[in-house]
Parts: sequence; structure tokens; C-alpha cells
Amino acid sequence: MTKGRYGIHGGQYLPETLMNAVLELEQAYEKYKNDPTFLEELQALYSDYANRPSMLYYAEKMTKDLGGAKIYLKREDLNHTGSHKINNVLGQVLLAKKMGKKRVIAETGAGQHGVATATVAALMDMECVVYMGKEDTERQALNVFRMELLGAKVVPVETGTKTLKDAVNEAMRVWTSRIDDTFYVLGSVMGPHPYPEMVRDFQRVIGKEVKKQMLAKEGRLPDVVMACVGGGSNAMGLFYDFIEDKEVRLIGVEAAGRGVDTEETAATISRGSLGIFHGMKSYFLQDNYGQIAPVYSISAGLDYPGIGPEHAYLHDSGRAEYVPATDDESVAAFSYLSKTEGIIPAIESAHAVAYAMKLAPTMDKDKIIVINLSGRGDKDVAAIARYMGVDLHE
Amino acid sequence: MSKIAKAFQDNPKAFISFVTAGDPSLAKTKELILALEKAGSAIVEIGIPFSDPVAEGEVIQRANIRALAGGCTTDKIFDMLADLRKTSQVPIVFLTYVNPIFTYGRDKFFAKCQEVGVDGVIVPDVPFEEKGELVDYCRKYGVDLISLIAQTSDQRIQMIAKEAMGYIYLVSSLGVTGVRSNITTDIGAIVKKIREASDKPVAVGFGISTPQQAKEMAALSDGAIVGSAIVKIIEKYGDDCVGPVYEYAKEMTEAVK
Repeated sequence: MTKGRYGIHGGQYLPETLMNAVLELEQAYEKYKNDPTFLEELQALYSDYANRPSMLYYAEKMTKDLGGAKIYLKREDLNHTGSHKINNVLGQVLLAKKMGKKRVIAETGAGQHGVATATVAALMDMECVVYMGKEDTERQALNVFRMELLGAKVVPVETGTKTLKDAVNEAMRVWTSRIDDTFYVLGSVMGPHPYPEMVRDFQRVIGKEVKKQMLAKEGRLPDVVMACVGGGSNAMGLFYDFIEDKEVRLIGVEAAGRGVDTEETAATISRGSLGIFHGMKSYFLQDNYGQIAPVYSISAGLDYPGIGPEHAYLHDSGRAEYVPATDDESVAAFSYLSKTEGIIPAIESAHAVAYAMKLAPTMDKDKIIVINLSGRGDKDVAAIARYMGVDLHE
Repeated sequence: MSKIAKAFQDNPKAFISFVTAGDPSLAKTKELILALEKAGSAIVEIGIPFSDPVAEGEVIQRANIRALAGGCTTDKIFDMLADLRKTSQVPIVFLTYVNPIFTYGRDKFFAKCQEVGVDGVIVPDVPFEEKGELVDYCRKYGVDLISLIAQTSDQRIQMIAKEAMGYIYLVSSLGVTGVRSNITTDIGAIVKKIREASDKPVAVGFGISTPQQAKEMAALSDGAIVGSAIVKIIEKYGDDCVGPVYEYAKEMTEAVK
């Protein structure tokens, strides 16, 4: 087996034109990942710029209302730029800077990764171009303008399903035409090695903090940690430091869209099969001829036909569980958390909340669930209003 | 001697053409292959359409979309080729992505290639490091796995060339497939490096559209590969594309000689 494997998953399936770019990245990452100066600089950015550590909040009203396990929310929504995406982007753009790159490109679905990349590019004086599916630029118009305010150029991608997977295709195509000065800031634990490992390492801070905060608050580890999964970066960041703690259940919540039994779904583990795409071997939603399926979810950030290779491995080994949540359940959870705790979650994160609402009542009161609230919901307010049939006169 | 080796022996400067299967229809693809053979194309590369062709520019992306929308599948392509083989022995090389092969089933896919007489495969998203995914099946069924070399390959050239099968596909430029007005890469220097490690023929592709470009590229190597320029003609003429493609291919074949 080749490099970057998680069981049978992962690898480096890329056009030859990109191989040296990826090998250069791999070497640079190997060099800096244990470099004390690099890690110090990153730590300073995390705390002073991104507002880390993010709080671990006891959702007392939600806990009482659901009447079961104690629920804690990991408040990644309170990070600068409003989601966990900043953790990874600070790491990658700092690395790009060390490598002498002048320009960063990124794909984005909901726009959170694009906003984070545009933000850090502004901070570090890098040119920034973000590729975003045409449909997503419409679903998330506010984030497009936000990226432009930050000085980035946003390119709407008109090919294929005009969503996240097409944005990745286009970013890869553009990268092949300009590899010398350009760094591709990939937003999730997916793609060719070293991205799944590197992005996970930059997101590990989530799980490390949860562990420390939980020990301080409760004097023990949680029984369940859970997060939404598209490509899977916030979930991987949360899970990683708990993998060896076998008593902690790891639950990833996928976007079921209109239901796992419909064609309008993005639930890769529930409905997908083994394949090789976007640089990695993993599970994908596809047909019998290996054509990648046009996936659907209300959440632009989870609207992706694959899943990161390490998640595929955690699924194979049985260490993590993956469950679906539908659009309806997630929109209900979006409203519920807003009204119950005064916290408007990202529609992506609302998928995790939706499953917690089912799970918590079935657990004893002395059990503890941690939900990763990966992002805030301001960006979704208009889309949720449309979903509920409310006319906002935008 | 394999049909690919013989093609380069018979055509020291080879014109290699590409069409996407099922664009505008599989019946037309068969007619196009016959016309390309008649025009003197030494090898015909056939694209198996894929939903997400990341190495392709806009022209071939659109051809993939048209072919899939028209219901083209891997099985239907094999059927068309089996039919074609009743009248034509032109060397055929598939160009597709790894997922359609992997999901079809690698053993079944390459067995079918052998059965209908597909001589090679080009899989742009399987680099040297991952070729273990396919190479044993290729050997088992006598199908050449064509390697790509790019200007960015640099110190990888020797490693790739040494184990090359069939011919070497030299990618002329950075970026994706598509017509370019200028090719600025020092093709001669790369070909020289390849020759030091391999005696396999080298054909240059990506961006070639004019007879002049084809002539220059073939002069520096063993042949020129032309895809997007042909697909553009197919896009323009639709069902009436066979005549114009034949005329174009004839001119290109003459130019490379």
C-alpha cells in the first residue's frame, strides 16, 4: 500500500501534473508539523486571532427538556469567522507562507471555508481565489459578499451539479495550471495525502480542548462525542484524541437530505460504496458505472458525495458510528436550539443536534454527550426562512 | 509485437486522435473511429465519459456531459467496440478515470478490454505511485497501461519511463486539456530525458490543434495526440461531424509525417 493510508482508504490518486506539487507539500508538512517555531506561531494565531480555546458549554435547558443525558456544546461557532474552518486554514496558510507561496486557492460549499481562507489570506498578505458552485453562491449569497469584502475573488463554478464537488474539481483544474506560486487550501479531511492527515492535525485542537475541559468540569471523559460529517473535518478533529478511549462513543451525523431512501441525499456511509475520487479511496455516492451521484442536502457544507478516508476506516473498524439526519429533522433542530438555548447553529451543525435530540432521551441522566457546534447559523437564516415558507423581502 | 508497437513502427511520426464515446451518439462514435482510421490516425483514443473529469478542459467536459446525458455506459461502449472489431483493427486506447474502472470491477473491465480488443488504457488520476491499483490486471489481460509524463515530473521522469508500457503520453503544458495557441514547454529536452530511460515511443498531447503545432510536436517526438480540437468539430457539427472530422484528421496525418 502507498502513503497516506487508513486501512484500505486514502492514497494519492492525482494527475501527474500535480504529483510534484503534492510531494512538495508533503515534505513541507513533514518538516513543519513538529517545528517548535511553526507550532508556536500557530498557537499564537489560535489564541489571539481565532479566539481559542472555544468554550465547552453545558446546555442545561436542553438537557432538562430532553430529560436524558447531560448535553455539552463545543462552541466552535464562537471562533473568529464563525466556524471550525479557521483552525485548518490558519495552519495551511501559515504553511503556505513558509513555503514561499504568494497565492492561495480554495473550494467552498457553504462558504465557511472560503470565508476563513479569504480572512487568513488578508491577514497574511496572500492573493486569494475561491471556487464555489453556482448553486451555492445563490444559497449563500451573504458569504460570497463577505469573501469579496475580505479581498478575495469568488469564481462561481457552472459545471456538473454546481455544488461543492464541482468546486473541488475546478480548484484542482486551476491548480494544475499554476502550481509554482499557488497553494491549494483544501477545506476538509479529504483529497490526496497529505491533506486528510494535515487537516485532521490542524483540527485536533477541538478534541484536545474538549478532553481537557471535560476533565476540568466533570472529572471524567464524555460517553458520546458527536459531530456532523460532510467531508468530515470537524468530526475528525473532535474524534481523533478520543479514538484510544474505547469507552467514548464517536458518532458522525451525515446529511440525509430528503431521506436515505431517496435519491436526494448526501449520506455517504448509509448509501455509498467504495470508490476512488478526488485523490482518495473512500466511500462515495455513485452509480454502478462509477459515475459520481448528484447529491442533495439543505446544507451546502454537507452536500458532498464522499467522506474523508479516515472516517471510512473508522466506519470499517467499527470504532465510529455514522447515522443520518434529514433536512426536516435538522431544520427542526435549528429552531429548537435557537429557542431553547439562544444559540443559532449552522444548518450543518444542526444535523448533529438533531441526532442528539433522539439519542439523549434514551440515555441515563448521569451520561454525558458532547455535540460539536461546528459553526454559527447567521449565514443560514435566509435559507431556513425560505425552507419554512417565510418571505423576508430580501 | 503489440498493435500499439506496430502502429509506431508503421508510422514513425504518428497522429493519434481522441473522441469521447457516445458524443454525439455511440453509433457516430463507431463511424468516427472508422473515419479516423481511414484518415491515417495510427491509434484512436476513446474517452469513457465520467461525471467529474478533473483533467479535462471545458471542451471535453462538455463532451462527457453530452455522452452521459445520452445514456452512454461502459457496457454499451464495449458492445460498440465488439461490433467495430468486425471491420477494423485500428489500435484502440481507452482514456478514462480510475473510478469507472474500479467500480465496474477491475478484473471484469480488463477481461472485457482483452475480449473486444482494447490495446491500452490511459488513466489520468492514477500516477506512478498508485499504478499498483491497475497494473496487475493490465498484465493479466495484455492491456498496456499508458504512463503520463509532465513538465513538472522532473526527477520522476526516469522512474516513470523505466516502467512504461505501450507509449508514453507527454503532457505538453500545465493545466487541463484544451486548445492552446502556444506550447512553451521545452519538449525536446524532456523527450531526451525519457529516451535515456526508455525505448518506448513518446507522443505529445494537450493543446495541439493546428497542423503546424502537430508537425512541430511530432518532429520532437514520435507523434502528436489531438483531442479537444476534434471534439470541438464534433460539438459544432453534431450528427454531421464525420465528414469534417475525417478532413481534419487527414490534414493532421499529412502534417505529422
